Amino acid sequence: MPRRISEPIIEWCIKLSGFAVVIFVFLIFLFLLRDSLSLFREYPIRDVLLGREWLPISEPPKFGVLPLLVGSVLVTFWAIVICVPLGVGAAMFIAEVAPKPLKHVLKSLIEILASIPSVVLGFLGIIWLGPFLRNTFGLSTGMTGLTGSLLLAFMALPTIISISEDALAGVPKAYREAAFGLGATRWQTLWRVILPSASSGIVAAIMLGIGRVVGETMVVLMVTGNAPVMPKSILQPLRTLTATIAGEMGETVGGSEHYFALFAVGLVLFAITFTINLIADVFLRRARK
Amino acid sequence: MNGAKIRQHIAFSVLGLLTLGIVVPILLVIIYIVVNGAGAITWEFLTAAPREGMRAGGIFPAIVGTILLVVGTMLFALPLGVLSAVYLVEYAHDNLFTRMIKLSVVNLSGIPSIVYGLFGFTMFVMLLHFGTSILAGSLTLGIMSLPVIITASKEALESVPNTYREISLSLGATRWQTVRYCVLPYAIPGILTGTVLSLSRAAGETAPILFTVAAFYLPRLPRGAFDQVMALPYHLYVISTQVPNIPLELSFATALTLVGLVFLMNLVSIFLRAHYRKKRLW
Repeated sequence: MPRRISEPIIEWCIKLSGFAVVIFVFLIFLFLLRDSLSLFREYPIRDVLLGREWLPISEPPKFGVLPLLVGSVLVTFWAIVICVPLGVGAAMFIAEVAPKPLKHVLKSLIEILASIPSVVLGFLGIIWLGPFLRNTFGLSTGMTGLTGSLLLAFMALPTIISISEDALAGVPKAYREAAFGLGATRWQTLWRVILPSASSGIVAAIMLGIGRVVGETMVVLMVTGNAPVMPKSILQPLRTLTATIAGEMGETVGGSEHYFALFAVGLVLFAITFTINLIADVFLRRARK
Repeated sequence: MNGAKIRQHIAFSVLGLLTLGIVVPILLVIIYIVVNGAGAITWEFLTAAPREGMRAGGIFPAIVGTILLVVGTMLFALPLGVLSAVYLVEYAHDNLFTRMIKLSVVNLSGIPSIVYGLFGFTMFVMLLHFGTSILAGSLTLGIMSLPVIITASKEALESVPNTYREISLSLGATRWQTVRYCVLPYAIPGILTGTVLSLSRAAGETAPILFTVAAFYLPRLPRGAFDQVMALPYHLYVISTQVPNIPLELSFATALTLVGLVFLMNLVSIFLRAHYRKKRLW
């Protein structure tokens, strides 16, 4: 084919591929919205978002998302409380304290952790962590929000560590030298100069960690006990937004109210992660400057 | 030692302990899976179909299913991802359109895997009538893998020095010729590294394949792209939550096989990266 014809075709393909991502995000949003609207026609959006009961197969069914939302928030909150000190601490250790060979070993280990499929951690939660927590805390069941939080904290670590570490390592050398020149110790420099300068990047790391935890499905489906009731404590079984979709989709009839309700749950999830990612992106941009 | 030195000593020890608090669980998890799973991994386990309602036999169909899904994902996501990175790096101007693409990549990477599952179900299974099939599953996993492939390809393309482009253009080559002969060849190792990494994630994902491809129990191999398949991560989910009285060593062996497969793909990615650094011309 002569170049005059083939080149425009190729360049057109390239342009189209570039736009494909935009189309996908738009389509995902559109499908979620379309099926959610089918639900909102019968059940007002207010009742769905603020309803305190999720009883999709009772007569009449109730599609209150609040217990699931609270479940997600509770599990995420504790996961983040557990993993942020660990993750940021480890990032500080890797970036500023560890000698080079140790640094490489630690980074490889974190990469291995990042590669473990969530379903494998869920499996370990069922046979190992759950029973362990039940015996330690004297609970009636090991399948609780806490089991999920611990595993999710573990899963969010690679995200938080690698992005925080990048942020710490990206602080200009001159800052460090200036601090040393003024007689500061390495710790004082790290704590009072490097950490504050890297704060935007670390906030972004935490936001992305939260996004990861909120969206994680298999672990919470397998270990949090699947109880779609308003949770009162992290030490009891609960159910998250993600686990509800994964657990109930297979049992619904296409086009039923229950089916549309799961898309409404998906829409809530999409809105949450979309917002979190936008915030993370703002902080990442600020960090790069 | 003065006060500041002592404080530094204490602070660094605390940081070390925090790091240890991460390292120990990682090692424990790996050792636990290997010790409990290695015994049950036999030739038969890897090459036979499951029997007696998955309580005996092997996991061959699930291994094949996962490999087919990875290949399908790659066939779809690699060209699309690379071309869209080429667009962003080589063609795009800094305008609203480009900013929209970049923002979409960021948001696509943050969408929960189960939402991809919902989308794949409505779009590919229902709307396009692919049914629960390898095709629908691969496309769903493919869209999910795009952000990582695009980001990695973008970085690889951006790392090619601008002089390469300038020389090629100054010799009268068109923009596409420049990209095709003077930029892409040098970016390929970096692109592959990112691709293999994203495929290893896709291999371990369960949520996106729940309603798009995964078969609960299908002890035979698929006949075509419109067939369902078993897949390793879904199989592990099924035997550890849905079927009672599964011998525990079978679950462990399945987990170990999955971790092993993902780890192998990561090794390939690390090897490519090392190889690439050595051969780098700039």
